Formats: sequence, structure tokens, C-alpha cells
Amino acid sequence: MGRSGSGKSSMRSIIFSNYSAFDTRRLGATIDVEHSHLRFLGNMTLNLWDCGGQDVFMENYFTKQKDHIFQMVQVLIHVFDVESQEVIKDIEIFMRSLKQLKKYSPDAKIFVLLHKMDLVQTDKRDELFQIMMNKLQQTSSEYGFNDLVGFPTSIWDESLYKAWSQIVCSLIPNMKDHQTNLIKFKSILNAYEIILFEKSTFLVICSSNGNMGSQSKSLLNNELNLDPKRFEKISNIMKTFKQSCTKLKSGFTTLILNDSIYVTEISSNMVCFIVLNDTDQPKEIIMENIQKAKKEFF
Amino acid sequence: MSTEEDSASKAMILLMGLRRCGKSSICKVVFHNMQPLDTLYLESTSSPSMEHFSTLIDLAVMELPGQLNYFEPSYDSERLFKSVGALVYVIDSQDEYMNAITNLAVIIEYAYRVNPSINIEVLIHKVDGLSEDYKVDVQRDIMQRTGEELLELGLDGVQVSFYLTSIFDHSIYEAFSRIVQKLIPEITYLENMLDNLIQHSKIEKAFLFDINSKIYVSTDSNPVDIQTYEVCAEFVDVTLDLFDLYKTPNENNDQAVTRKANRERPRELKNIAELENGVTIYFRQMIRGLALVALIRTNGSDKDSCLTIMDYNVDIFEKGLEEIWANSANKQQALSLE
Repeated sequence: MGRSGSGKSSMRSIIFSNYSAFDTRRLGATIDVEHSHLRFLGNMTLNLWDCGGQDVFMENYFTKQKDHIFQMVQVLIHVFDVESQEVIKDIEIFMRSLKQLKKYSPDAKIFVLLHKMDLVQTDKRDELFQIMMNKLQQTSSEYGFNDLVGFPTSIWDESLYKAWSQIVCSLIPNMKDHQTNLIKFKSILNAYEIILFEKSTFLVICSSNGNMGSQSKSLLNNELNLDPKRFEKISNIMKTFKQSCTKLKSGFTTLILNDSIYVTEISSNMVCFIVLNDTDQPKEIIMENIQKAKKEFF
Repeated sequence: MSTEEDSASKAMILLMGLRRCGKSSICKVVFHNMQPLDTLYLESTSSPSMEHFSTLIDLAVMELPGQLNYFEPSYDSERLFKSVGALVYVIDSQDEYMNAITNLAVIIEYAYRVNPSINIEVLIHKVDGLSEDYKVDVQRDIMQRTGEELLELGLDGVQVSFYLTSIFDHSIYEAFSRIVQKLIPEITYLENMLDNLIQHSKIEKAFLFDINSKIYVSTDSNPVDIQTYEVCAEFVDVTLDLFDLYKTPNENNDQAVTRKANRERPRELKNIAELENGVTIYFRQMIRGLALVALIRTNGSDKDSCLTIMDYNVDIFEKGLEEIWANSANKQQALSLE
């Protein structure tokens, strides 16, 4: 949800329908609510309700359709346009949806995305994000939603993937199992790092080096001397590659780079990305191990 | 003085055109990996600028400001035209192009008089905004008018090649590849070598890329399918990006060093991707910033043995490249000694 023109449908198209950021210009205004059902990780179905943001529709949501719209909500993703002229009005609408949520589905998780961050100068982004988040935190705690999570996003870089993978991860029930399996798998392969991706959207599910979004993640990154944004970058790279594969009318199964990076399907809906410590292990052993892992873990 | 001599020995491409026809944008997109949308913010170019890139051949691209008057006596255009191998003239297809054609004819006349062996290439640029039918019309119109202009000047023997290009798709890379290929004297050997390679290793199509610009220096003699080219070019990007993400860690670096010491010839970047329909994309780094990208269709036979044969054949191919380069380097040295 969010005001009209804030980029809701663009986001959805990029993450779930393989649009490139450039293609989203062709999207028109969303009329009323656009529903999409997406199968995610096989047994999970996401019902994505993309609510058109023009005032006429908005008014409708809060009055006539309120019990329909706000019932059984698990996640609210509210999108704010950083360039918006009417910040007060944006927040007011956010408050109204919180009010309805409190009444109809008080257990919902709330995420806010400060979108179109690419339009703000680089050195001002952090400051702006902090100010906005403080304000939103205040408003949301008034309605009893204390743990508000916010992300600065833009469709032109990888921040969008980061935000969405954390949102989607919060919905996965057996996260703990995945994590423990992955760490076991890592020690067997003597790998440097293993990352698990969802196959169709290439959102990060979990990685072997620490939980997604936990405090220790940043510490670990420093220790390992790795790019902290690598998950999102890989998502982005692999997705572009997947798109170029469609030109050959095919999906991709395996990729082996320099005998040290292996990317392969590990189940019908997950892809694993393995970085090995040493490159001298023969390919056959690794592939065998991956085959075993397919059966055992996932 | 020495720099001038250097540039004289290189195959040089001269990029010309009226102002605002998109010369700098082409340079930035092709040679600096700039996003096409960002080129909107480029300033007007004020002085000639040079791009060097050395692959199997040494290339230099020189861009001239559009508003320059080439026939001012202070400007040493005679020496300039003598030293270039190809003249690329950019015409904005979305604008009124009559002026551009007159300008082009004048330039051709001058260049041809100074240097009769010059290749003249015309890019009919910014065609992304035109419909399919209109594109063909514009191309025919421009070709016809240029022909008439040249006839009037008594230059009807000059060969002029035309390309339809846009920076928003791969057509600009395709055009530049063709232009660069005309300047490589070793091109026939390269093509023969690639033909040999693909016959013996179940390859459908093979390209020899310059990895910085994604221009292909050579390909086998099968017709080029633009989609295959796009996939291969994007595969170069994927490989480099993924490699960059993980190459920095310190321990990996140390290992790389020791590995290089252990083996007599270090394995360079290599990337293999398999697709669902049995196609394999194969990437191997060759000498001097070149990379071989090939599409392999195994058609049911054993994939692993196929790849082993491929590896072996590519090793031989690489040795061939090294020899060619050593030869051409020798030749150049001999030339400069004279």
C-alpha cells in the first residue's frame, strides 16, 4: 500500500514478473486492487494485494471495503515516495491503515519502504532515512505496532532485493531448519560460503554465514572481508543472467566459475550458491556432494 | 613525440558527426560500461578525446567535437586523416539529417583525397525511437542521398557502409564489432581458427570478445544471430561481476598466488553454465583481455567428455592466438625499426 505513483507496481513487477527497471515505465496506474498469487518455496503461497493509490480508491479502502481489505493481513508493506510533496498526508494515510489493521488483524507485521532513494543525493540519504524512520516509528507505536522495520529502496540498484528478501524471509516458518542444514552442508563441503536463493525470484532465503538481518552479520562481514551487499548483488546478477537465458528459450541449471563458485538447483524451488575455499577439488566430488545434499536436506 | 608515434602505429577509429548526434554517448556506453540512461547528462565535448584499448590488435578511438571546423588552417586535419584506419560518421536519425549528409560528403571528399585506403562507416543512430517500417525508409533515404552527394563530387567509387544503431540495445556493439574487424589484418586467420575449433568440439557458435567493451573481435563463419550475441555478451558480464564479488578476500588471494607458483601456466578465468535445454555456455579467458565465449549443444552425448575435449581444443586455440600475436608484434617492431 502507498500513495499513487510511489512505485508499488514497479516493485512487484521487478521482483515477481522479471521486469527490468527500465520496463516499469510502461506500467500504468493500478485500478482498485490487483491480486496476485505466487507460489513461493513450493508449499507457500503468497497473496500479494497491490492496492492502487489514488485518493478515490484509498478512501474506498478505509470506508466501504475496510473489513475486506484489512482482514487476515499478515504483512503490510507501506511504500513512501521520498520525493513526495505531501509528506503529512502520506503519514496520515499510513496512520489510517494502521488503525484498521489494529482492529482487524493486530498480529500483522509492518514494513515501510522509503522508495525512489536514487533521487536523493548520496550523502543525504542516511539522514533523510533516519528522520523519516523516527517519525514513522512514533506513529506506528501509537497504534501498538512496536517493531516497525524500514528499508531505503530504489528499483535502480540492489536495495530492492534486500528489502524484499527480508520481508519474505519473515514469512518462512521453517527458517531454523534451513539454517542448521546449511551450516552442516557448509562444513561437509569445506566451503567459504553458501547462500540459498529462492528459484523464481532469486530472493535470499538464508546464508551459511550468520542469519539474515541479525546484528552479528555485519561483524562477520568485517571478519571475512566481504562485500556486505553481495547477496543483493548476486540476486541482481543471477536474475539478469536468467533473463538472458530466456532468449535461448531455456532456464538455467548449473553454473561453475573458475572451479570455485558453484551455482546449482538444489530443489525444485531453491538454488544454492556455493563458494569454495580451495579450487583444487575435482568437480565430480562436489557435484556428488550436492546431489547428496539435495536428498538429505531440502 | 613518442606518444604520437605510438598512436600512429595503432589502428585508429575516428568518430565524427554534427553536434548532439550522440558521439560521446556511444563512446561512454561501449568503452566505459555506462548505463545508456546516464548519457543524458553528458556535457558537450569540447576537445578531441582518445580511447585506447589493446587486445590482439591495438585500437584507438578518437572522438571529435561536433562543432569543430575541420578546415581551419590551424587544425592539422591532414595528418589526422592520414593516420586513421576508419572514419565513423554518426547521423541522428530522429533529427533533420540533410545538413549531416552534406557535411558527411564534404568530410569524405577531404578524407579520401588525403588517405584513399580509409574505411568509411556511417551509423544511422538513435533508431530506438523509430518504428520498423520507418527505420527501413530512413536507411534507404540516407543511403540514396549520400550516393547522390558523392556522385556530384565525382566520388562514386567510394565504399560507404551503413549501420542502424541505438545505444539502448546491442546494435551499437554489433556495428562496432564489424568496424573493428575490418581493421584487423589477421581476421581471416582468426576466423579460420574459430571455424576449426567449432567443427571439432560440437560448438554451435563461438565469439572472441574484448572483455572490457564486449565488442567481438572475431567469430566463426556461421551467420551471427543477434540473440546469441546478446546472451554471450551478457554472460561475460555475469562472469566478471560474480568473480569480482569474491576475488577480494585475503586468504583466497594468497591461495591464488601460491597456485600460480605451483603450476607452470595459471588457469585463467573460466565459467561454464548449463541450461535446461542441454545448451552449455562456455567462457574462457584468452590472452590480452580477450575471452572466448561459445555455445555448445551436446545433443545427448556425454557432457563431461565433451567439455574435456573442449578444454583441450581451447588450449590449442589459445596457443595459436599467442603465436599470431607474437608474429604481429614482431612485424610491428620491424616496421618501427625501418
